[in-house]
Amino acid sequence: MSLLELRNVSKIYGELKALDNVSIHVDQGEWVAIMGPSGSGKSTMMNIIGCMDKPTSGQVLLDGVDIARESSKRLTDIRRDKIGLIFQQFHMVSYLTAVENVMVSQYYHSMPDEKEALEALERVGLRERARHLPSQLSGGEQQRVCVARALINHPELILADEPTGNLDEANENIVLDLFAQLHREGTTLIVVTHDPEVADAAQRTIVLEHGKLLKEVVNEHFGE
Amino acid sequence: MLLRMIRGVLFHQKSKMLLIALTIALGASLATGMLNVVLGVEEKVNKELKNYGANIVVKPKDSSLLSDIYDVGEGSQLNTAYLREDELGRLKTIFWAFNIVDFTPFLDAQAVLSDGSAARLTGTWFNHHLDLPTGESLDAGVVGMRSWWDITEGRWLDEKDGDAQAEIMAGSALAQRMGWHAGDTVRLSVSDEEAEVTVVGIYDAGGEEDDQLFAALDLVQALTGRENRVASIEVSALTTPDNELARRAARNPAALSSRDYETWYCTAYVSAICYQIQEVITGSVASAVRKVAESEGTILDKTKLLMILITALSLIGSALGISNLVTASVMERAKEIGLLKAIGAKDRSITGVVMTEILITALAGFAAGYFLGFGFAQLIGQSVFGSSIDMDPRVAPIVAGLIALVTIAGSLPAIRMVLRLRPAEVLHGGH
Repeated sequence: MSLLELRNVSKIYGELKALDNVSIHVDQGEWVAIMGPSGSGKSTMMNIIGCMDKPTSGQVLLDGVDIARESSKRLTDIRRDKIGLIFQQFHMVSYLTAVENVMVSQYYHSMPDEKEALEALERVGLRERARHLPSQLSGGEQQRVCVARALINHPELILADEPTGNLDEANENIVLDLFAQLHREGTTLIVVTHDPEVADAAQRTIVLEHGKLLKEVVNEHFGE
Repeated sequence: MLLRMIRGVLFHQKSKMLLIALTIALGASLATGMLNVVLGVEEKVNKELKNYGANIVVKPKDSSLLSDIYDVGEGSQLNTAYLREDELGRLKTIFWAFNIVDFTPFLDAQAVLSDGSAARLTGTWFNHHLDLPTGESLDAGVVGMRSWWDITEGRWLDEKDGDAQAEIMAGSALAQRMGWHAGDTVRLSVSDEEAEVTVVGIYDAGGEEDDQLFAALDLVQALTGRENRVASIEVSALTTPDNELARRAARNPAALSSRDYETWYCTAYVSAICYQIQEVITGSVASAVRKVAESEGTILDKTKLLMILITALSLIGSALGISNLVTASVMERAKEIGLLKAIGAKDRSITGVVMTEILITALAGFAAGYFLGFGFAQLIGQSVFGSSIDMDPRVAPIVAGLIALVTIAGSLPAIRMVLRLRPAEVLHGGH
């Protein structure tokens, strides 16, 4: 069953076609990687799927709802309720501790629950670092806090943009292990990356080039 | 969570927030200082202007009519009507009694000096003690009403001194002509009466009074045989600048509607005070020394306008400063705001957080500025008017309201920026 379906989606900035008539689908519980060189339209696709931008034309069906036609206000609600976002630059609120950064996501979703936020940090192996400020955490630790923040509201879809782009190998493996764990629990994952190793961890890879869908590759060795 | 976030921002951006608070404090202090002065200035400026003479003259009705028709002055043989000295205390029983700052009666006579020349002798109060029917007491007289006189020799005539009945003060021009000095004894004759008096002081008034003699009212009444009589009264009163209602009332109070009459009667317009004086002094006509009254009103209005303009300019300056600082703060936090939007914060939630931070900062700035402004008002009061300025209870809510408005207006560009900020643009590239 499709959780996400893009039908003939285009995004045009002036004369530049960032996405050109792209159609893809992602099933519920699937782990998909989106690959492509710089300027291929990966980030544009992520913005559209993450309800942070609208396509110029086409349909974007998330859980059966065409988010391309929704208002900005409604897109905020959908993003809050259904999507967990992870960014390459581990954006965190600099004056809040690790646990508070996780609780911020709860605050805008429903009710902040410190116990639950601490459990999420425990899950990413940072229970002891819960009271530290972002400036006191390493890059890998900050990204793990961002993963905890993304999963705290149990979203249907985790959308990660180059989640390991700024991490060393050890931290990259920790993050990929966390993704594998979330996948096993039934969470749908879309990971935008240019790293073939990260893409290889996914079930399926969608390759973009010059805004067009170049190919889709199913990872036959997935789970091995 | 909201409190943690607000506390976090306030501490994290403390130098910027401190600058915002300082900008607001400066605006609030100027507004507080100026508004306290504006609201208290009426009394101060009035008192200051009172130093330059009376603003109401009371004359007997008949003499007033004659002087209006024939332009005759006091001391003229035509001027035969008088007011009663024992009614003067009633001036402090009128509705606007507290606005009557000082008053003094006058009775003129023609005195012949030792060399045969004539001089105008004016009987008046100097520091006359009055026990009022209300139980209060006060000292009234020319000491207060002619405060600008420069005593070049000797001293003021003191009515509390037992010899006051045998003392005079001489104008500097007359004293020079006669070769008099303080302490000299001179002979005067008024009609058939003669008196030997001591010149206790010589004054320089800078006008025609320099050719006159001033003596205690009792002495002149005795010399002229006009006990308990006075020819005119000068009154110094705190007044409200005239407006259209006051001008209409001055023409004919009876023509006013009962509501207008009540408003006029219960406002310290010079015409209302004159009207009330006529009600208590038998056979009198009280009239405003129009030139003084009008310039008082004009000066007061201009002073107030100047201060209100300074207040408005300082608040506009504060709004511009706040606008720059809040916009800079929001720009610095663009990624954080974009992140909050990305994780589901609605525009109104983020606007609420930003506005709460700014308003808390504004509150701190207002509190500091309010007390600073109080000191500022005292500085103006002491240096300009030589007295302290009372803290008007209306100022705090007015300044709080103005600061809230200025803060909100100053924050509008930043709020617009918050609303326009798209998370996709600040968290990573658009495409």
